[in-house]
Amino acid sequence: MTTSVDAERTITVTVNGVPRQATVPVRRLLSDALRHDLGLTGTHVGCEHGVCGACTVLVDGAPVRSCLLLAVQVDGASVTTVEGLAREDQQGGQVLHPVQEAFRECHALQCGFCTPGFLVTIAAGLEARDADGPITDEEVEEIVGGNLCRCTGYANIKKAVHHADAAMRDAR
Amino acid sequence: MTTKLFGEPVRRREDARLITGRGRYLDDIGAGALAAAFVRSPHAHARITGIDVDAALDVEGLVAIYTYEDLTGPLAEPLPVLIPHPQLHAPRTGYPLANGEVNHVGEPVVMVVATDRYVAEDACDRIVVSYEELPAVVGVDAARAAEHAVHEEIPGNVAARHHQETGDVEPALAASPHTLSFTQYIERSACMPLEGKGVHARWDPDDSSLRVHTSTQASTSVRAAIAAKLELSLDAVEVVAPDVGGGFGVKIVHPWPEELLVPMAAIALGREVKWAEDRREHFISSAHERQQRQEITVGYDDEGRVTALDVHIWHDNGAYTPYGIIVPIVTATQLVGPYDLPVYRVVVESVYTNTVIVTPYRGAGRPQGCYAMERTMDRIADALGLDRAVVRERNLIRPDQFPYDHRLTFQDGRPVIYDSGDYPGLLTKLKDLVGWDAVEERRRDAERRGKLLGAGMALYVEGTGPGPYEGGHVQVLGSGKVLVSTGLTSQGQGHETVFAQIVASELGVPIEDVEVTTGDTRRFGYAVGTFASRAAVMSGNAVALAARGVRAKALRIAADALEVDPQDLEIDEGVVQVKGTPGASIPLRTVAVLSNPLRYAFDEAARQATQFAGPADDSRPPVAEGDAPGLEHRDYYSPVRSTFASGAHAAVVEIDPATWEIDVVTYAVVHDCGNVVNPMIVEGQVHGGVAQGVGGALYERMAYDADGQLQNASFMDFLMPYASEVPDVVIDHQETPSPLNPLGIKGAGEAGVIPGTAAIASALEDATGRRIAAMPLSPTQLYDLVRDETTERTAQAARRTGVPA
Repeated sequence: MTTSVDAERTITVTVNGVPRQATVPVRRLLSDALRHDLGLTGTHVGCEHGVCGACTVLVDGAPVRSCLLLAVQVDGASVTTVEGLAREDQQGGQVLHPVQEAFRECHALQCGFCTPGFLVTIAAGLEARDADGPITDEEVEEIVGGNLCRCTGYANIKKAVHHADAAMRDAR
Repeated sequence: MTTKLFGEPVRRREDARLITGRGRYLDDIGAGALAAAFVRSPHAHARITGIDVDAALDVEGLVAIYTYEDLTGPLAEPLPVLIPHPQLHAPRTGYPLANGEVNHVGEPVVMVVATDRYVAEDACDRIVVSYEELPAVVGVDAARAAEHAVHEEIPGNVAARHHQETGDVEPALAASPHTLSFTQYIERSACMPLEGKGVHARWDPDDSSLRVHTSTQASTSVRAAIAAKLELSLDAVEVVAPDVGGGFGVKIVHPWPEELLVPMAAIALGREVKWAEDRREHFISSAHERQQRQEITVGYDDEGRVTALDVHIWHDNGAYTPYGIIVPIVTATQLVGPYDLPVYRVVVESVYTNTVIVTPYRGAGRPQGCYAMERTMDRIADALGLDRAVVRERNLIRPDQFPYDHRLTFQDGRPVIYDSGDYPGLLTKLKDLVGWDAVEERRRDAERRGKLLGAGMALYVEGTGPGPYEGGHVQVLGSGKVLVSTGLTSQGQGHETVFAQIVASELGVPIEDVEVTTGDTRRFGYAVGTFASRAAVMSGNAVALAARGVRAKALRIAADALEVDPQDLEIDEGVVQVKGTPGASIPLRTVAVLSNPLRYAFDEAARQATQFAGPADDSRPPVAEGDAPGLEHRDYYSPVRSTFASGAHAAVVEIDPATWEIDVVTYAVVHDCGNVVNPMIVEGQVHGGVAQGVGGALYERMAYDADGQLQNASFMDFLMPYASEVPDVVIDHQETPSPLNPLGIKGAGEAGVIPGTAAIASALEDATGRRIAAMPLSPTQLYDLVRDETTERTAQAARRTGVPA
C-alpha cells in the first residue's frame, strides 16, 4: 500500500521536556514541523540536505539534522531544540546552558543563524564526554567539525567550547 | 566622567536573543502567510516558447500563478540599473519574471503562491515551460572570444570598458630598465550567507499600507524601489530588515525580483505572502563574484622599484548589470594598494556571460586587485632575486606622504586620496608576527619531515566608509531610556553593541539604558546601506553627532534648571551635574521631561520634573523659536571622501608531496582600521574574513560546465571551509586614526578577506617553485601543475636547486 504525500498523521513528541502533539503531512520534515507547526523557530535551515548543521536538534539526546528526518520518524521520541537548552531556576528565571554563556562571552557568533545548531551539537558533545581532564583541541575540532559558519572563522567557536568545558567540569 | 566604552571589548547586546533561539529571521515571521515558490530557468540561454500551467491548476491549496504577462506598469519594465556609469555603455537587467528570454540557469520565470511551500513546489513541478535553447557563453574567455552573444544586440559581450590612467604608461614602460608581462586568473566564489534571501509582505487594505520584511542590506532603498515599482506612495510602504543571517554583499543588491513580486502578490491577494529562498535557489539565482582574467605588464628598476604598471582585466559580470560596474571600478582603483606607483593605467572590460549575475561579495573587487598587485611584487622579487618583503618595502608609500593622492577616481566618484596610514609599520609588524626571517629554517625543518613549506605575504589598502551619508537619531525618554536609530542594516556585525557604545560614551549614560534599532524604515527613513566596510564609519559618526546634539540640548535645559552656565556641566552615568560640585545635579531623564512643556503627570518622572520647572516667562512662547519639544536630535554624517584602512597578511603553507594536501600552518594578520570602537568585534570580523579568504584561495569555486549548468550548486559540492580548514590566525594591530571623521575610525568589515588569495598563491609558489597563475588551487590541480613539465618554474626555485629554470 502506498501513502499519499497528502496523508496526515498525528504524532506525539516530547519537545524540550513538554509533550506536544501535531498533525502533520507524512512528508513534513522535522525541521519544518518544529518551526512551522510547533512555532519553535530557533532551529534554522541553512542547506536542506544535512551539510551545514544549522538545523541540528537532539533526538533522544543525540544530535541529528532535522532537515534529513521526517517529522513522523520522531513520533514517541524526545527532542531538544535550542529553546530547550537553558533551564528555569527556582524563581522562574532563565539559567543559560554553559555553552550559551560561553558563546556570548567568547564572541562565538555574529549573524547567529548557524548558532543554534552549534549550541545543541556542542552541548551534546560536552555532556557525552567521559574524560576527566580539560578538552583537547582535537576533541573540540571533532565536536564542531561538522557545522558550517560563514561569519566567525570558527576561532571563537572553538574558544567557546574550551570555555564551556571548563565551566561544566567546574560544576561537576 | 563615565567610563568610556569606546574602545572596550563590550560583550554583544544582540547575543541574548540569538543564543536562546529568540532571534527573528525572515522565515520566522508570518506563521500564517501564504508561501511563494518559483519556476526557474533550467537553461543558461533560451527563448521561452510557451508556459503551460494547466496541470498545476488542480493542485489543492494553489492560490495564484504569475508569469510576465501578469506584470503591469513599472513592474513590467526591466529591473533598475542601480548605479549607472558613463563607461557602462551597454547595461542590461532582467525582468522580475522572464520576458521571453532567459540568460542564466535560475532566472525566475513563474511565481506560484499556495497555502504552504510544499504545495507551492508541487504546483511548480507541474508547470511546463517550453524553451528554444540558444548557445551559452560561459567564462570570461568565451565572453571575450564572442563567438556567441549573451544579448543579441551586444555582439562583443562587453558591457563596459572602464579605463583610468595616471600618466603616459607606454613611454614609461619603454624607459624602464626591466619589464615583465604575465596573465593570471581568479575564479568565481560567492557570499553564501547561511541564511538565504527572503521576503514577507503584509498589505493592510483598511489603510492601504504595505509592510515588508526582507533579508536585506539596504531596507530604505528596497522601500523606495517597492514604492516606485508598485506605484505606491512612499509613506504607504514600510520595510524592515529583521535579524539577517549573514549578507557579505549579496543582500545589498535590490530590488531582487522577489522583493517586488511578493508584495505584489500580497496586495493582489489581500493575504500575507512569504518567500524564503532555498539553498539551490541561492546558488543559481542570487549572485556570485570574483572571476577575472588579468593581463599585467610592469616596468621596474634594478632595485625593484616599479616605474610603470599597465593592467588589462576582463571581468565576468554574469548575465546582467543591476549593480553597474562597482566591482570593476573597485578592482581598478584598489589594485594600487599601499604602493607609490609613478604611472598606472588600467582597463577593465566587463563582459556578459550566461551565468548568475556578479555583484559585490565581501571585498567587492579588492581581492582581485590585491591579487594582481601583490603577485606583481612577487614576480619582480623573483626576477631580481630579492626578498619579496624588500621589494614591497621599497615601493611603499611613506608615512610622510599622507594625504596621498593616487590621481584615480573611486567607486563613489570621489578622488582616491589616502587619509592616513603607516605601511612600513604594517610590514615590520607582519615580518615579526609571522617570523619572516626564519622561514628558511622552517623550510629545512619541513623538508626533514618530508613536507614542502612556503611562505607568502600580501598587503592591501581598503577604501572604507564611502558616502554619500548615513543618519542617526538619538532620543532620551522620561524613563531614562535612550533610543538610538540609524537606517542602515545589520547582518551580524554587532551594530546594536557598537552604536550603543558610541552613544553611551558621547552622552555619558550607562550602556544598559541605550537601545539601538537599525534597518527599520519606521524609525529612520534615510540611509544608504551596509556594505564597503562603511557602517561604523558612517552610522557610527552619525549617531555620535546625534548624541552630541542631544548632549548640547540637555546641558542647555539643565543649565536653565540649575541656574548655571552649560559649560560648567557634565553628564555622568545619566546624571547632569555641575563639575566638581557634588549635589548640584539633575538626572538626564528629568531633563527629558523638562524638554517638553506639555507635562501630563502620567508617571513619576513627570511628577518629579515639576520641581525643576522654573516660573514661566509670559513674554516668551513655551517652545522657543528654533527649539523643539523633546530631548532628541537627528544628524547626518556625510564625508568628503572615503577613509582608507590597510593591512598585511602572511601565510605559511605545508604541502604533503604524497597527497598534495595543502595545510596553512601559520596565518598572520596586521590590521589597521584607525580608532577601534570594539576590539572584540573587529577581531571577529578579521577572523571571519580570513576564513573566507582561505576558502577563496583553496576550496571555493563555482563549477559551471560549458552549457552554463552550475555543477556544484549545493553545500555538499561547493566547499566552504569547516573548522578543520581554517587555520589559527594571529593578529597584531596598528591604529592610524582617520583625520576625516569625528571618531577617527576607518572600516573593518571586508578587510580580512582581501589578501588571502594573493598571500596563499605566493606561499604555494614559494613552496613548490612552480608559477601559480590561477586561483583557487586544489590539491589535484596542484598535483597536475607540478607534474606538468611545461609548468613555469620560478627563478627562485632554480637558485635554490642550482638548476636554471
